[in-house]
Amino acid sequence: MAKDVDDGPEGYKALIEEVLEAYPDKAKKKRAKHLTVSAPDPEGEPDEATGIASKCDTVKSNIKSVPGVMTVRGCAYAGSKGVVWGPVKDMIHISHGPVGCGQYSWSQRRNYYIGKTGVDSFVTMQFTTDFQEKDIVFGGDKKLGKMIDELEELFPLSKGTTIQSECPIGLIGDDIEAVAKQKNKEHEKTMVPVRCEGFRGVSQSLGHHIANDAVRDWVYEKGDGGAAKEYEPGQYDVNVIGDYNIGGDAWASRILLEEMGLNVVGNWSGDATLAEIERAPKARLNLIHCYRSMNYICRYMEEKFGVAWMEYNFFGPSQIAASLRAIAKNFDETIQEGAERVIAKYQPLVDQVNAKFRPRLEGKSVMLYVGGLRPRHVVTAYDDLGMNVVGTGYEFGHGDDYKRTGHYVKEGTLIYDDVTGYELEKFIETIRPDLVGSGIKEKYPVQKMGIPFRQMHSWDYSGPYHGYDGYAIFARDMDLAINNPVWGMYDAPWKSGPAAIAAE
Amino acid sequence: MTKLRQIAFYGKGGIGKSTTSQNTLAALVELGQKILIVGCDPKADSTRLILNSKAQDTVLHLAADMGSVEDLELEDVLKTGFKDIKCVESGGPEPGVGCAGRGVITSINFLEENGAYDDVDYVSYDVLGDVVCGGFAMPIRENKAQEIYIVMSGEMMALYAANNIAKGILKYANSGGVRLGGLICNERQTDKELELAEAMAAKLGSKLIHFVPRDNIVQHAELRRQTVIEYAPDSKQAQEYRQLAEKIHANSGQGVIPTPITMDELEEMLMDFGIMQSEEERLAAIAETEAQAG
Repeated sequence: MAKDVDDGPEGYKALIEEVLEAYPDKAKKKRAKHLTVSAPDPEGEPDEATGIASKCDTVKSNIKSVPGVMTVRGCAYAGSKGVVWGPVKDMIHISHGPVGCGQYSWSQRRNYYIGKTGVDSFVTMQFTTDFQEKDIVFGGDKKLGKMIDELEELFPLSKGTTIQSECPIGLIGDDIEAVAKQKNKEHEKTMVPVRCEGFRGVSQSLGHHIANDAVRDWVYEKGDGGAAKEYEPGQYDVNVIGDYNIGGDAWASRILLEEMGLNVVGNWSGDATLAEIERAPKARLNLIHCYRSMNYICRYMEEKFGVAWMEYNFFGPSQIAASLRAIAKNFDETIQEGAERVIAKYQPLVDQVNAKFRPRLEGKSVMLYVGGLRPRHVVTAYDDLGMNVVGTGYEFGHGDDYKRTGHYVKEGTLIYDDVTGYELEKFIETIRPDLVGSGIKEKYPVQKMGIPFRQMHSWDYSGPYHGYDGYAIFARDMDLAINNPVWGMYDAPWKSGPAAIAAE
Repeated sequence: MTKLRQIAFYGKGGIGKSTTSQNTLAALVELGQKILIVGCDPKADSTRLILNSKAQDTVLHLAADMGSVEDLELEDVLKTGFKDIKCVESGGPEPGVGCAGRGVITSINFLEENGAYDDVDYVSYDVLGDVVCGGFAMPIRENKAQEIYIVMSGEMMALYAANNIAKGILKYANSGGVRLGGLICNERQTDKELELAEAMAAKLGSKLIHFVPRDNIVQHAELRRQTVIEYAPDSKQAQEYRQLAEKIHANSGQGVIPTPITMDELEEMLMDFGIMQSEEERLAAIAETEAQAG
């Protein structure tokens, strides 16, 4: 099927105008501020690794979605329980409130971990106070306390408990802080009350912030140091922050850091333990992957414990190499040599992957719509495969995310913030990219349009995509999607006309 | 049996809603009416004078004990008091926890679904304080009370609360059938109280149903956990409540959609009555005091 739009800034600007036409005046005015085409940024310093300096800023971001549109944003509870706290494996995370929130967010993010589930690890288990009418009317504090006691008996090896508030908790004013303090005294374990009621904020983004603040308040400020007390820090200690180990991402990242001579003290929060969180302030450097969800705690650790932090990107070999070198710069020659050694070691793998897949993927266009860091970070992985990202956007990005995007996407890329179902569908339908990377809600409509699709939240049940190992899998998966023979059978045989049938 | 009539008493906390409503209903029973009182206050003291004791088994506490409201039987919570008046208390959480508003919704639904309203002529709701949230507005909502009676006095905050309640009624008046039955002034012996009450009623587009004079006998009866009707049936005050009951009985279908006023209008009204000083008057008074002091 032919494209209905000229690729390039003018064509995309016209497309934005066309899409906005569908809205009533007020909604149109609001949505216009979230859509743009990246422009050259003469004042911006070109990025060291990518050489790109573009302006991707939408006028507005991180504000409330327009009522009446379909948005795929989540809530504060999703940001705290689903993203930040949920993967911490040796703590029990209680969904405090009615059963639904816990039930439907159960094991959704494929955060892999090592451990005996139900014995010392609990990530894939769901705990809820299962509110009934009487708990709303009379309050759920007592039930929560009782539940923590019972969990202590059932799972004595848990290292602590977090209380993830669902909406009703904020409405009826349950004093979860008092319960946490009380149970901390009784069981002598870390108890973290998190005020992440879903109605707070405009998206899951505030939930990340609230969860970060809960780490600060209830692990660092109120805690006694825990595992950090016994820990003697080494000169190469680093933390990986904002890697949720989706499909094993954190493991594929960790080996590279360890091979170059660094000691990964903690990985937040994929496959993480409470002890890793407690020890984190003793590390030399915080390496932050998902800036959006965990920059808050890095800023705190910098301010309070003097731990420096830097962002890095482990998607695709060019960014991996650039990141390894940038990380190594903070350490001595041993590490710097280590970085070069690691890059050289994996170069044959990269060459093989490129030799195999680049010819099959070269020149293919991609549109992305994801959250967190991926709308910019994976762009260069596609570049490495010779593919071309023509549109990208964040579900819940802030201004600083769009600033950073300018280092990754070249000018003339379509940018959409908190895109609505209608807009995204129209964009995809008109641009007709060779691949769309987004979530489960987008997958089937896009495939029905005859366009290949990969889920870029869950890696479509594949992964890891981080690191050199991840790149090989990433390349294979994109090839599987784009070059799947099914796309050649899209038109029904009886629709190709009587002549074709007669010829058989 | 005549058509079921549902009424509700609202008003500022401590204004005497429960006392007034129970005395009035005790008088109404003398007119041959079968009555059910639904107490919608977590303190559960809306039926104390009728039952001669504080109700122990509230809907919500029993439901919580048994597991859920579905496990509850109507007989468990329905008590009979003075002259066969049926009483039920919604109950609710202790102060500072949970959601009492949701409790009111739960109990009223339970009572309706279990036929508590089947065999009575009157259902009267006694609701705490102001219409603070959706739960406490439950009796105002569709197919519940037809008429709301606001208990008030000549005090500023009572008038303010009355106006707020009128706003709540207005909100549901068009979607449901709720109307403002009128104001009941419970005398506090403030300045020009009767006139002010009448003026307020006029502002709201309603009327002052009755002016209940202050009488210490109410206090005497209350200390004995009785209504005046029961404690001193021949007293002057008992007569007042009988009059009020007759007026309410005759007021069926006479309710109006209220016209609540703004805070400014309310203050203006108080200034007109000379109860509140205008800004100019206040400054003048200060200047005068200072002049005298100087």
